[in-house]
Amino acid sequence: MNPVNYLYLAALLFTIGATGVLIRRNAIVVFMCVELMLNACNLALVAFSRMHGNLDGQIIAFFTMVVAAAEVVVGLAIIVSLFRSRHSASVDDASLMKL
Amino acid sequence: MENLIALLVAAPLLGAAVLLCGGRRLDAVGHVIGTVLAAVSFVIGAILFADMLGKDEEHRAIAQHLFSWIPVEGFQADVAFQLDQLSMTFVLLITGVGSLIHLYSIGYMEHDERRRRFFGYLNLFLAAMLLLVLADNYLLLYVGWEGVGLASYLLIGFWQHKPSAATAAKKAFLVNRVGDMGLSIAIMLMFTTFGTFAFGPVLESTGETSEGTLTAIGLMLLLAACGKSAQVPLQSWLGDAMEGPTPVSALIHAATMVTAGVYLIVRSGEIFNAAPDAQLATTVVGAVTLLFGAIVGCAKDDIKKALAGSTMSQIGYMILAAGLGPIGYVFAIMHLVTHGFFKAGLFLGAGSVMHGMNDEVDMRKYGGLRKYMPVTFVTFGLGYLAIIGFPGLSGFFSKDKIIEAAFAKGGTEGWILGSVALLGAAITAYYMTRVMLLTFFGEERWRNQPTASPADPSVEPAAEHQGAHAEPHPHESPRSMTIPMIVLAFGSVFAGAFFGIGDRFMHWLEPVTEHAHGHPPIGATTVTLSTVAVMVIGVGAAYLQYGRRPVPVVAPRGSLLTRAARRDLLQDDFNHVVLVRGGEHLTRSLVYVDHTLVDGVVNGTAASMGGFSGRLRKLQNGYARSYAVSMFGGAAILIAATLLMRAV
Amino acid sequence: MSFPLLTATAALPALGAIATAAVPAARRTAAKWLALLVSLATLVLALVVLVRFDPDGDRYQLTESHAWIKDFGVRYELGVDGIAVALIALTALLIPFVILAGWHDADPLETKSSRWRPTQGFFALILGVEAMVIISFEATDVFLFYIFFEAMLIPMYFLIGGFGDRAHAGSDEHAAAQRSYAAVKFLLYNLVGGLIMLAAVIGLYVVAGNFSLQEIAEARANGSLDMATNTERWLFLGFFFAFAVKAPLWPLHTWLPNAMGEATAPVAVLITAVVDKVGTFAMLRFCLQLFPEASKWATPVILVLALISIIYGALLAVGQRDIKRLVAYASISHFGFIIMGIFAMTSQGQSGATLYMVNHGISTAALMLVAGFLISRRGSRLIADYGGVQKVAPVLAGTFLMGSLATLSLPGLAPFVSEFLVLVGTFSRYPAIGIIATFGIVLAALYTLVLYQRTMTGPVKAEVSAMPDLRVRELVVVTPLIALLIFLGVYPKPITDIVNPAVKQTMSDVQKKDPQPEVEAAK
Repeated sequence: MNPVNYLYLAALLFTIGATGVLIRRNAIVVFMCVELMLNACNLALVAFSRMHGNLDGQIIAFFTMVVAAAEVVVGLAIIVSLFRSRHSASVDDASLMKL
Repeated sequence: MENLIALLVAAPLLGAAVLLCGGRRLDAVGHVIGTVLAAVSFVIGAILFADMLGKDEEHRAIAQHLFSWIPVEGFQADVAFQLDQLSMTFVLLITGVGSLIHLYSIGYMEHDERRRRFFGYLNLFLAAMLLLVLADNYLLLYVGWEGVGLASYLLIGFWQHKPSAATAAKKAFLVNRVGDMGLSIAIMLMFTTFGTFAFGPVLESTGETSEGTLTAIGLMLLLAACGKSAQVPLQSWLGDAMEGPTPVSALIHAATMVTAGVYLIVRSGEIFNAAPDAQLATTVVGAVTLLFGAIVGCAKDDIKKALAGSTMSQIGYMILAAGLGPIGYVFAIMHLVTHGFFKAGLFLGAGSVMHGMNDEVDMRKYGGLRKYMPVTFVTFGLGYLAIIGFPGLSGFFSKDKIIEAAFAKGGTEGWILGSVALLGAAITAYYMTRVMLLTFFGEERWRNQPTASPADPSVEPAAEHQGAHAEPHPHESPRSMTIPMIVLAFGSVFAGAFFGIGDRFMHWLEPVTEHAHGHPPIGATTVTLSTVAVMVIGVGAAYLQYGRRPVPVVAPRGSLLTRAARRDLLQDDFNHVVLVRGGEHLTRSLVYVDHTLVDGVVNGTAASMGGFSGRLRKLQNGYARSYAVSMFGGAAILIAATLLMRAV
Repeated sequence: MSFPLLTATAALPALGAIATAAVPAARRTAAKWLALLVSLATLVLALVVLVRFDPDGDRYQLTESHAWIKDFGVRYELGVDGIAVALIALTALLIPFVILAGWHDADPLETKSSRWRPTQGFFALILGVEAMVIISFEATDVFLFYIFFEAMLIPMYFLIGGFGDRAHAGSDEHAAAQRSYAAVKFLLYNLVGGLIMLAAVIGLYVVAGNFSLQEIAEARANGSLDMATNTERWLFLGFFFAFAVKAPLWPLHTWLPNAMGEATAPVAVLITAVVDKVGTFAMLRFCLQLFPEASKWATPVILVLALISIIYGALLAVGQRDIKRLVAYASISHFGFIIMGIFAMTSQGQSGATLYMVNHGISTAALMLVAGFLISRRGSRLIADYGGVQKVAPVLAGTFLMGSLATLSLPGLAPFVSEFLVLVGTFSRYPAIGIIATFGIVLAALYTLVLYQRTMTGPVKAEVSAMPDLRVRELVVVTPLIALLIFLGVYPKPITDIVNPAVKQTMSDVQKKDPQPEVEAAK
């Protein structure tokens, strides 16, 4: 199978993820969409690695997974504490980050 | 002998320093110190004069180099003096008349609590004036030139609590500064042309440069002379300067300072000789002023202002003579000296009258004073005869020569200038007779007159040291005042004959100023006869108007010309409208421009910065998703840009 | 190694500033005396510099040189030429008078708590400014100069903003707002100038590879360092802009009237007589030496701007209603003369400009300090609030008149010598500009005499009728300044002897010769 198709899939996933980040309000869903974007990148990295016969892409994909796992830990913790203080998981309610 | 020159200046300068810094301790002796130091200066002058007479005619000039003043690459200004016959004449006039007026002031200023300061200023004036005539270069002359301006400023405004005096002082200084500008430009021109501004080198090398340059220098010097000597168009300050105490008017604004312009032109004779256009301008200025001053003098009811008009007019004669070149220089100086005597005498007489009349200056409120002030009457009368050119007296000799020289200029110019000078002589006789008749003859108009009703709004009832406004009790002045008047009257009578007969004065000055005999188109005798004739006409006209008819105490409205002349021929109004008002508008609008435009540009930049950042701030709305949009947008733009760059 | 005299001259007031600041709150008077003594000691050191300086010797004398930031070739390099010596002497001379005149300006208000220590701060800041100004005059390393040129702004900012004139119409809040506006404006103007200069300093390093004034100037002179015409012009403009803001040259002048109006009189003197001189001095030292060609290229424009400053400043002074702002605009006019003299590129012009810096310092100090004494008595800066002071306080009026006469450049007083030299120097190369500038002397007479007339003469106003005359402390401030004005007016030779060789050097840097007199040129 032509590896280019994997790239199309990755682009599609990335776009879905990005759209989700932009339009959804629920922090959990936004968070999952971010995960989706990360994984789309992973897919692209692995596909490129295969296309060029170079292992670097796969190595970086592992790195990304580690970073994503760490991010899940921190991110979920923030969302939980946010939910506790606001009783809502909407990102728009957390709009105090301005001048 | 050379070393004495500096002492000449130093004596009054020391007096000024001591009197002005000495404080109240010296109040009791201040006038003595001032007068003695002025007299010391005169004595030194006399010693130097005697020494000079003992020398051969060609080697009379002496010089003293004190120190190097401003040494800069290519620029050499020294404090150095030069005493030749021309300077000597001035030194004797300044210190002589100056000492007399110091003496006079002792009595005149007796009741003034600031008399010490007055003498300090007078001494300062003497020092500056001596510096002016003794300097051996134009820059040092400039120091004296502005120094006398300063002294004049301080003395005109001596009664500073009177706003009119303070304004007059400021006006005098400012108008003089305009003239000074001319002098400084002239010096700069000399520097770029000759590389120096010492009299010797400049005047010797006039032949090496173009006539255009010399004309420019000459015109600038003329501008300077106009300012200092109150010549049209810078004459407006002299009338107002009469706000000062009368001895000041006599010394500074009649006998010495105002003649500095004549000195400057005669001193720079070589420049003017080589620049006929500048000479022509000088004669025109002189001729116009001599008529202008005379006309103004006819209309004034204030005795001092009438005399001031007369001073202007007489200096006009001198400037006219100086503009005639070598045929006139000697006579300009000769008239200057005789004028110094009789005009100082007249002013002192006027001061004496005012002293006896509760400081009333309006001549319409005088009358019949000859009985009460005999000495003043006689000395003033002799001065009067001298100024109108009564045969045998000072003014006759000097003025006649100037009129003769004006005719001798030749051509149409000569005829015009000569006729103007003759006409001036007639008007002089007219207004001086008017002053004489109004003051000393006729009915005693000061009786039963409430002095507090000023007839002419421009004449303020000036009550300086006597508050009472009761009917005045005219009385003769104390001896310290009459003695100087008597001495000056002697000068007014005999100086002319002494100088004129045998051309004594001409031979004395000739080595410095050169002299060329003019050849008037009409005979000298004819000129003399017509001078006497116009004088008689002038006197007669005045007698008909003021001697035969009673004089109204309140000035009649008068003709258009009279009213204009009372207002200094509208020159002041012109100044007021064009310069004062215009200047006020200009500065006010500039202040506005500075505040709104120049400052506004900067403040505007700051304000727009603030506004811009205010807009930008709105982008930070705190919504995570809008930040995400900008992030994605940014990333998209970056990628697009990268791809685009690759494609290109 | 010999004693580092120049470092000492700058370090002494700096240390004095620290010591003064450390004086405990209760001992205010001790702090004042300490500051005064330090400033007098600095004056002594400055006089030693003056004496040790040999006018006929090397260009830069008493030099010191140490490596500082090796990676960028920045060195701690000091050295003085005649111009710097004269200005250091002026600075050291004026500071004791400034301190003495401001003796009570920073006494704490009773409403403040006892830990409030404004007095110590005031005098420490003044000494700090002195130290920085002196080292700016001494630095021959461009970077070193730049640092102190900019650092000077910090103490000046606090002096203007923190110790305003108590004689202010309106409420305290209004006064405080005005003051902080003035201080911020001062800071912003000068910071912008400084930043542009910083860019030029970096640019210079890129082109030349080091910061040493002497090395670069030498390399420029013997042709081993070639700058592209455009590069040189841009660098010149960067330097000149900063100096023109500080000087201040029209149209960058608007900060000065605000700053001088709001600051106390001694601080106003500090601004115009001392700090601003660094700007004009730096034009002579850095602009002309480092960028001779660009300086000549820019001369016509700069001369026109200077001319505008002269006339414009004088006209605005005529229109002022506030005494201190009037003096500020008069200073703008005078700075126009200084800049004109520098860029006329003649010996007379540049010697005159240097003398002018010294004389203007003394004359403005005399006028402004007396004006300050006057203002402190009546509590108002408005000219219209005065009248007839001459009658009640003759000595005050007399000294004020002397200051005014010096400001209008009366012959016989020091400013005349310098003003005339500048005019002659300009006239000999640019006659038209010289003639127009001469109008400045008429306008100067107008604004000073109008000021004198309105405040000192006329009927005595009720509010001033009880005004006391000058006190001993005030006389001690004014008398030496006036004596100096007279002395330098009659005998300026001591200063011209020091300045002339330095000017000759600068003239050879820009490779200009004085125009020959017409008569000699014809031969």
